[in-house]
Amino acid sequence: MAVAFDSENPDLPPAGPPAGRAELLVRIFGPLLLLGSIVGGWEFLVRINEIPPYILPGPGLVVESLLDNWHSLYPSLLVTLRITFLALAVAVVGGVGLAILFSLSRWVELSLFPLAVVLQVTPVVAIAPLILIYVDNITLALLICAWIVAFFPILSNTSMGLASADHNLRDLFELYGASRWQQLLHLRLPSALPYFLGGLRIAGGLALIGAIVAEFAAGTGGTGSGLAFRILEAGWRLEIPRMFAALLLISFAGILIFLAFTALQHLLLRRWHASAASRER
Amino acid sequence: MSEPLFELRGVGKTFGSGTVALEGLDFAVGRHAFVSLLGPSGCGKSTVLRLIAGLLRPSRGRLIWHRRIARGDIGFVFQEPTLMPWASVFDNVRLPLKLQGRPRREVREEVERALSMVGLEDFAGAYPRELSGGMKMRVSIARALVTRPELLLMDEPFAALDEITRFKLNNELLNLWARESWTVVFVTHSVYESVYLSERILVMASRPGRITGEIPIEVPYPRDEAFRLSSRYTAACRRVSDELRRAMGE
Repeated sequence: MAVAFDSENPDLPPAGPPAGRAELLVRIFGPLLLLGSIVGGWEFLVRINEIPPYILPGPGLVVESLLDNWHSLYPSLLVTLRITFLALAVAVVGGVGLAILFSLSRWVELSLFPLAVVLQVTPVVAIAPLILIYVDNITLALLICAWIVAFFPILSNTSMGLASADHNLRDLFELYGASRWQQLLHLRLPSALPYFLGGLRIAGGLALIGAIVAEFAAGTGGTGSGLAFRILEAGWRLEIPRMFAALLLISFAGILIFLAFTALQHLLLRRWHASAASRER
Repeated sequence: MSEPLFELRGVGKTFGSGTVALEGLDFAVGRHAFVSLLGPSGCGKSTVLRLIAGLLRPSRGRLIWHRRIARGDIGFVFQEPTLMPWASVFDNVRLPLKLQGRPRREVREEVERALSMVGLEDFAGAYPRELSGGMKMRVSIARALVTRPELLLMDEPFAALDEITRFKLNNELLNLWARESWTVVFVTHSVYESVYLSERILVMASRPGRITGEIPIEVPYPRDEAFRLSSRYTAACRRVSDELRRAMGE
């Protein structure tokens, strides 16, 4: 049975023009324009009202301070990022591992999930001092704090994704005698991928927040200090532009983490998932 | 009827909720036959297919196989294409062979053969979202055929398609069946489709699902568009419609 696929064939998928270039321009330049207006307005207000820098430094001064203090801020950024990514890695391994365990055993899910919820709903800022008391190693304590906040979105989203595999596909796998391992590998994990990536985007930001909160609670000085300590230090010395500079670095780090995971999501899902694929018009 | 492939004897199915889905099903299906199950929505047609496929167990009665049936001897086509959206057309069709543990390079020919049977050999690298509804259904059929099944179970496979595509796929299905000689059990709620395709129609009623009538369609194959316009087709459709109306208690 040969079927000719031509323009007359009703079976052919509808053809459409490529995604609009205008949308791409708006997507890039829209936020940049808005950001530029805010920064410009901020500089203008500071200058026109002659606000002293120890109350509110202008963006120009903040950038200047960032460059001047790069030698101390950059190592601190690396410290914070190290904690963030370590916590995220542990959250991914633990969250995905536990979600797989939940999908394989209802008993394990019923027993452990409430505990995971308790961890999630308890504010990290409240537990951080306790963790710092009980754990001698500061890096490990910071890691635990950041992990607590980053872990839950990964666990929750991946669990939901693993459970969302199409029921007919599950029947098909059963019909062809697929083992539990084959079902997990070829059906449940791919079904869970969009959910996991959504969780990862949230967890990336939360891991950074967790690391910063833990650093605030720890308040340690020295060469191994993160950006939160630089903010505290600048506050004590009334170096407000430096404080803003550290804040700016944290924001940039958060934005970069978000963009990196968004790009990863796009890369992995663009051919098949509605959330990442462009819509023909 | 030719040598039977399987038969249901007094089969009933009651779900955990207490719903009696099927009661007292007694019928046999011969090898290489094309049998349709016709009935209103909710009469348990899909449940019968799932029982035959081994996806459900009967609560009462027995399903007897007259030949040894192994994994891969039954192909199932669902109402929806039920494709893995993350996998290419090639990988979707390859799935049953992959689950049998056969490596990719070994099964390439088999997959290409199944794709060419449904006219999709040029779309092996496409993803399901890039295909039309009719093409997705062809992929689903190719996947069911890739293991060269003895029995093909089809659960209203063309119900969601437009009429032109449905007619086209009906013809293609009949051509393939004539060539490959599998046994087909086809579920539909369309009188016209069942008459066009089948050698035999089992009419079902609901609450509980049961077979109320059996109508042979004694028109030789191949059947084509001329058959759709013939008085024999109209007469058969009328006979089946009357039986269906009786089954629905009208």
